[in-house]
Amino acid sequence: MSTTDGPTLIPDDAAAQAIADREARMRPRRGWFPGLGDRWNALPRQTQWLILIVVVVIAYLLPILNPPLITTEPGNNWQIALAQMSVYALVAVGLNVVVGYAGLLDLGYVAFFALGSYTAAMLTSPDSPYVHIPYLWTLPLAMAVAMFFGVVLGVPTLRLRGDYLAIVTLGFGEIVRILATIIPAMKGQVGFQNVGHPPGTDSSGQTIFQNSNGTPWYWLTLTIIIVVLLAAGNLERSRVGRAWIAIREDEDAAEIMGVPTFKYKVWAFAIGASVGGLSGALFAGQVGFVNNQKFDIATSILFVAAVVMGGTGNKVGALLGGSLVAYIPLRFTAIAEFKYLIFGAALVIIMIFRPGGLLPARQSLLAYGRLAYNKLKGFAVGGSPASGKLVTQPGKEAGNE
Amino acid sequence: MISEVIPALLHSVPMDDTWITFDVNSFAQNFWSSTFDGLTFGAIYALVALGYTLVYGVLNLINFAHSEVFIVGCYGVFFTLSALNFGPSAPRLAFWAIVGNLVLALVVAIIASALMAVIVERVAYKPLRQRKAPRLAFLITAIGVSFAIQYTIYWWRGPSPEAALTMFRPLPIFDVFGTIVDSQQVVIVIAAIILMIATDQFIRRSRTGRGIRAVAQDPDTATLMGVNKEKIIVTTFIIGGILAGAAALFYVMKIPSGVQYNGGFILGVKAFAAAVLGGIGNVRGALLGGLLIGLIGNYGQVLLGSSQWTDVVAFVVLVLVLIVRPEGILGSSLGKSKA
Repeated sequence: MSTTDGPTLIPDDAAAQAIADREARMRPRRGWFPGLGDRWNALPRQTQWLILIVVVVIAYLLPILNPPLITTEPGNNWQIALAQMSVYALVAVGLNVVVGYAGLLDLGYVAFFALGSYTAAMLTSPDSPYVHIPYLWTLPLAMAVAMFFGVVLGVPTLRLRGDYLAIVTLGFGEIVRILATIIPAMKGQVGFQNVGHPPGTDSSGQTIFQNSNGTPWYWLTLTIIIVVLLAAGNLERSRVGRAWIAIREDEDAAEIMGVPTFKYKVWAFAIGASVGGLSGALFAGQVGFVNNQKFDIATSILFVAAVVMGGTGNKVGALLGGSLVAYIPLRFTAIAEFKYLIFGAALVIIMIFRPGGLLPARQSLLAYGRLAYNKLKGFAVGGSPASGKLVTQPGKEAGNE
Repeated sequence: MISEVIPALLHSVPMDDTWITFDVNSFAQNFWSSTFDGLTFGAIYALVALGYTLVYGVLNLINFAHSEVFIVGCYGVFFTLSALNFGPSAPRLAFWAIVGNLVLALVVAIIASALMAVIVERVAYKPLRQRKAPRLAFLITAIGVSFAIQYTIYWWRGPSPEAALTMFRPLPIFDVFGTIVDSQQVVIVIAAIILMIATDQFIRRSRTGRGIRAVAQDPDTATLMGVNKEKIIVTTFIIGGILAGAAALFYVMKIPSGVQYNGGFILGVKAFAAAVLGGIGNVRGALLGGLLIGLIGNYGQVLLGSSQWTDVVAFVVLVLVLIVRPEGILGSSLGKSKA
């Protein structure tokens, strides 16, 4: 602190308490689940796991339970609605890695979704002249293809920042859509029908994975989501995840502190892209029909909107945002025509009143920092505030206390 | 399994060269006509790009709703012309009647666009600025407002484009290397350049322009020096709206069937690409970038044989330029440009 700064409030326990209070206010205390995040974090690990298992079981039972108020019937088949919601949730989880963790604004994420869909369609549909392989093989292949293009797009463009990156990815999304229209092999608007599905027949000889039955698709996607969530959670806590957070918070500082930012940004892009490709392949299988109409920029922006609406950087938020974006138009078919209008208005309102999204990211890193600070200062954690002191003598350093 | 799949995949890569052709003959034949057309489109892009560049310079954010500001201007032109009973084929009018109608449509478009720009600023940006929201939040509200406007128009006017209304019959004026330049192209390019020079001079010489440059360079210091930041921001949006309204008139003149609820979106993206290409925040860069994007897109279209290629070529060139010069061709910001 220089001598010209004048009177300054030194960061004592009062200031720390003020910061804690401010952050507490930013958490969804007045929301629908007051203080849920805090209570959740206070639970022992085993209890958390138990609750999670119950939640997962309920999630698996959803297509059978068909809960009254929540169901999309009549109007839309509930099982198929669930399958679509799960695909959107997976998309949001993948995009959350790019936008939420690494802070890279990717407005062309639909391109990877499209790549996955086309990989599945071109390798399984009878409409395509190319080699046909079993559907399940297309899932890893779609991930690989999307990841490859993620790296191809990422390596030259990730030196750009913020808005420049946004416009380049937006352009990439549009290029993929236009190429799907121009290249004859991708069949433009005609598209591919009868995209493959996983093998298996039930006792009466019917195939299990039908396009008209969403339940098996929902279970398959849900299982994949759980695997992806576990992997993403591990990544988030790993060195890679910490590097991403550092890049998101301040790229220059991260670079100076020795984080190879470019490398980790490409990583984020590639991992996000591969999840996008995976969800695209699942989408193609469930819908059974792929053409160029489904991959426009509006869809891409809807994906970003899903992540931001749910809460950037929060896995649960991304899940919630993704499923809501698919669910709302299906539940309220009457307003489905205005879904973009409503999303537009909702986005503005949510951003004004909850800039962190519905479920803002936990700031556990910062919380650990505060714990350490309080320990160092010798205060009990969460101790009562004393009065702030004003340093009025110029030249007196706050650190000399 | 894998060892069988990979060679088979390599074999099945689409190698038929029907979808991409380098038609050099057609390119040589149509070089001048595509140049003039490209310049015309480029002038329109440049006018829209100025709106992006000005707002970016002052607020450091992409005004994603600017394409909707533009399309509202297009609707202004459309409603003026339909009120004046224009039809798909241009009526034979006297010169001054044409000029009168054009000026009327221009004024309506400018008012509509400027009003829309101010509404966007008030609804989407001001509340966030007051709350000191993170930058991503601004972008999302911009996208939200953009969607809301688009689909309000959709709700009101339906998904199909409005009926084409032609303003005047383009008259051949020059003959350059065997290619005829018509009055429409000349009017658009000259009017756009005059508008851009006027904007440039306004920002360089006027008191308000100095305020805009000051806020672009350092908002806090500018405020300390007595610049009313809020007023400057609104002014910037109004200037962007005025230019978008003018661009809307030229766009409807050039593509009478282009008035559609989402018609502004791709044009907006290309205009933003133009702004980035020229160096965002740089007024002269927007002109250069707009003209370049217009020219390159048109050349690509002729060379590769489909109008769809326009956008692909434009974006690929944008990416290539950004890789070499991440700050754009004339990459200095609004604030740093000389007084």
